[in-house]
Amino acid sequence: MKSDIKLIDKEGKRLDGRKRDELRPIKIEVGPLYRADGSCYIEWGGNKILAAVYGPREALPRHIQHPLRAVVNARYNMASFSVEDRKRPGPDRRSTEISKVISEALEYVILTEQFPRAMIDINIEVLDAEAGTRCAGLTAAAVALADAGIPMRDIPVACAAGKIDGQVVLDLGKEEDNFGEADLPVAIAPRTDEIILLQMDGHLTVKEFDEAIELAIKGAHVVSELQKKALLAKYAVAKEVKQ
Amino acid sequence: MNSTLISSIKKDYLNKLAEQKKRIDGRAFDEYRKISIETNIVRKAEGSARVKIGNTQVLAGVKMDVGEPYSDSPESGVLTTSAELIPMASPDFEAGPPREDAIELARVVDRGIRESEVIDLDKLCIEPGEKVWIVFVDIHVLDYDGNLFDASSLAALAALSTAMVPAERFEMGKDYPLPIKEPPISCTFVKFNKAIVVDPCLDEETIAEARLTVATDEEGNIRAMQKGLSGSFTLDEVKKVIKASIDNGARIRKILEDAVGRDHGKKN
Repeated sequence: MKSDIKLIDKEGKRLDGRKRDELRPIKIEVGPLYRADGSCYIEWGGNKILAAVYGPREALPRHIQHPLRAVVNARYNMASFSVEDRKRPGPDRRSTEISKVISEALEYVILTEQFPRAMIDINIEVLDAEAGTRCAGLTAAAVALADAGIPMRDIPVACAAGKIDGQVVLDLGKEEDNFGEADLPVAIAPRTDEIILLQMDGHLTVKEFDEAIELAIKGAHVVSELQKKALLAKYAVAKEVKQ
Repeated sequence: MNSTLISSIKKDYLNKLAEQKKRIDGRAFDEYRKISIETNIVRKAEGSARVKIGNTQVLAGVKMDVGEPYSDSPESGVLTTSAELIPMASPDFEAGPPREDAIELARVVDRGIRESEVIDLDKLCIEPGEKVWIVFVDIHVLDYDGNLFDASSLAALAALSTAMVPAERFEMGKDYPLPIKEPPISCTFVKFNKAIVVDPCLDEETIAEARLTVATDEEGNIRAMQKGLSGSFTLDEVKKVIKASIDNGARIRKILEDAVGRDHGKKN
């Protein structure tokens, strides 16, 4: 998409003052919801997203049950007031696709074989949206799964890289997403760096792709530390007091 | 909202407590849980508010658009209220189009706003018969521990009270606050085992025989009512509920005013 907006200035600063390999501010809160088995609230730049986990519980209706493992159902949903022009409530093609790729990514790390015939529901509600909701949503969902005590091989994490004004940068903001040249959301299992979600739209050379994915994975590791910190803040055992 | 199961031992316990004038969380019959209101939390919305009543959490957002008026009211703006009981809020809520519970909830909230003329829809006319403001109030239930009626009405009122008309986006001059008037406040009661309690938590709502919501205004007049569930109230009980609604309503109105800035609605 061509535009007159300069996304990077002469000093290499982006519109919001970030350097090319800098993330937006991220805040993660574990367990803000009472009813859910696990939950997480994340603020990532202007994104405000809640994730809630229910399960494992009996998979219903029966025909969705798998005899050997649990089914993982992530549901990504945008609040009607989370975007500039009101969105009609309910799923659309975009959110259905995002729900599918997030479900598949999370299913990889969950030890589903421990829960035959069960289902694990993950609800991701975007309350305020500003570019990169799927990465923020998956990141929050992973923390909510951990909060729910669901056994996982790893705590997955997501981050995007992209290309603006011909340069590869980390974590696109709103204008960068609208007027940039490419967007590359990536989710990984951080212990092994296995890629569990990968999408791209725009235009990248092979060299740029190599650079972008490396940047995204690096960014994901930074976010991964924030996830762990938030979980430890809730679950770390207080030091034993001498009697 | 009542597909939730409850064990009979818990049901017996709640009923026994009621006979001793006690409640499961230690409240008096006429006592609300802690209410907190945060406004303007969604940047993309024209107005927004998160209301917590105990563990129940509701987020309301206001979006505005320019559109055509209804042909029978060519000089009035349009108000649309919808509610979603998203599966995040309870293990018993399912995804999909709103069922009757969500529709009843949205309509009760809508009536509270519309019939009390909190928003003066005539002021939202841009060109008679051609262009008016359309106000969308969307209720997002985030955490369900009973009493969605009061939490949702309060969230909708708080979101409207802080909403800015997005005139700039439609090239009609500067943004300005949505003109609103003093709102009526809804109070919900449920009845079980001859006890009537205000602000039911989920356990109480699950065993409730009958429910009554009463909205009262500043002057202590009744502005809206809704009875629900298959039980009944005597006339005497209804009168008592109305009296208690006026008392609680005054207290909640104060919390709302403090949250949205006391004079916001009066300026316009």
